[in-house]
Amino acid sequence: MIRPHRTHALWFAFMLHRVSGIGLALFLPVHFYMLALALTDPQQLDGFLKFTDLLLVKCAEFGLVFLLAVHMFGGLRLMALEFLPWTPRQKTYAATAVALAFFVSTSFFLRAL
Amino acid sequence: MRGSEEFLDVSIWRQQDGDGHFETFQVPRRDNQTILDVVVWVQQQADPTLSYRYACRVGMCGSCAMMVNGAPRWTCRTHVQKVAKGNRVEIAPLRNLPVIKDLAVDMDPFFDKWVAADAVFEPSQTRNDPMAPITPDDPMRIAASEAIECINCGICYAACDVVASNPDYLGPAALNRAWSLVNDSRDAGQEARLDAVSQGGGCHNCHAQQGCVRHCPNELNPTASISGLKRATAKSIFGWGA
Amino acid sequence: MLTLRLYMAQRLSALIMAPLTLGHLAVMIYAVQGGVSVAEILERTQGSLAWFLFYGSFVVAVAVHAAIGLRVIMFELCGLKGVMLTLFGWLVFAILLGLGGRAVWAVTFVGGGL
Repeated sequence: MIRPHRTHALWFAFMLHRVSGIGLALFLPVHFYMLALALTDPQQLDGFLKFTDLLLVKCAEFGLVFLLAVHMFGGLRLMALEFLPWTPRQKTYAATAVALAFFVSTSFFLRAL
Repeated sequence: MRGSEEFLDVSIWRQQDGDGHFETFQVPRRDNQTILDVVVWVQQQADPTLSYRYACRVGMCGSCAMMVNGAPRWTCRTHVQKVAKGNRVEIAPLRNLPVIKDLAVDMDPFFDKWVAADAVFEPSQTRNDPMAPITPDDPMRIAASEAIECINCGICYAACDVVASNPDYLGPAALNRAWSLVNDSRDAGQEARLDAVSQGGGCHNCHAQQGCVRHCPNELNPTASISGLKRATAKSIFGWGA
Repeated sequence: MLTLRLYMAQRLSALIMAPLTLGHLAVMIYAVQGGVSVAEILERTQGSLAWFLFYGSFVVAVAVHAAIGLRVIMFELCGLKGVMLTLFGWLVFAILLGLGGRAVWAVTFVGGGL
């Protein structure tokens, strides 16, 4: 249940940015560990990479790329707000950031299929 | 002529030393009724022990600010028909400030942070010097004027989630005033001011959620002012700008 | 709880990562076509100074950025303060830098165990 004073687009932009950041921060150590297997156990890594052919995994990858793109475009929007001349169209940019993120992750997903 | 009289289900926060609770009152509904009208009716007709603040009752002083159905508002400027959920209204004291009694909060922390942000004019000249020639179209003056109409009602402070989660955070109002002074070319205390807004409770904690912008009754933009402070402090690292 | 220095480190690491992230995404979209295997990856990246520098700087930037970001969240949501908060930040930085550095090394230099 969201309190009434928070039900506006820019608050959701903030929450999305925070949640995507946490998601990425949890994902990265796993990602780094898996890659380092190329050194210590390349066969295990190869097995894992084959596993990524599964559709379920590809959907998860789509989610990850979405988190990455939404965090990045949201962050760039925030920095534009802070460092460039103020415009009233901040909400539009917030929406654009999400749309772009969606676009990027979809193209990743489609290429991966 | 109305048939049977309509009543509002009004929940009002009661608190005196320690924990508080909501109390419900049945308040007769009237045309063009404001939330302040409702609170006044309760205190005059139902429970004289209810404590609350107001002064001008015409939307100029900001004294009547309270949480109405979860959002901070000037109660004298809030029409019941605009905010009532069916017949229900919930009235609580401003968020993020200690409660003295019922709907009256202690504004001291708010004003202490005003001073801590160095949101105070530091003169650079005396009465014996000529007047500073500042034209109305000077860009700095325009920036200062856009932020100057704050009447310290505390609504932005109540709306801000960073204030809620960071006890040291100076808050939108104090930082907004600091920004208007950063743009005052007569002010001599700029370096100290930029320092004051760069500490653990300073402008860099703002997440640009813009609850302050959404709720300010004077349509000010503290987030823009805080962004200005972020730029000014960043520049000062590199020794650029004033 | 951000001071000016932490804020600037956060913003600067973000700026550095913007082009690196776009580059990484482009590379990934290209690389995952037709499936991916260790041999395919390593044959392109091993011995490459360019990939080492690219992903090396990416790892440093993300370690700084994520450590400061998580620091803010720990403070705001969990109320962690003072020395504990600082230690937490450094811990996150160390973990990401360590694991990330190891991954970059694994992918850009000839294997043989570390």
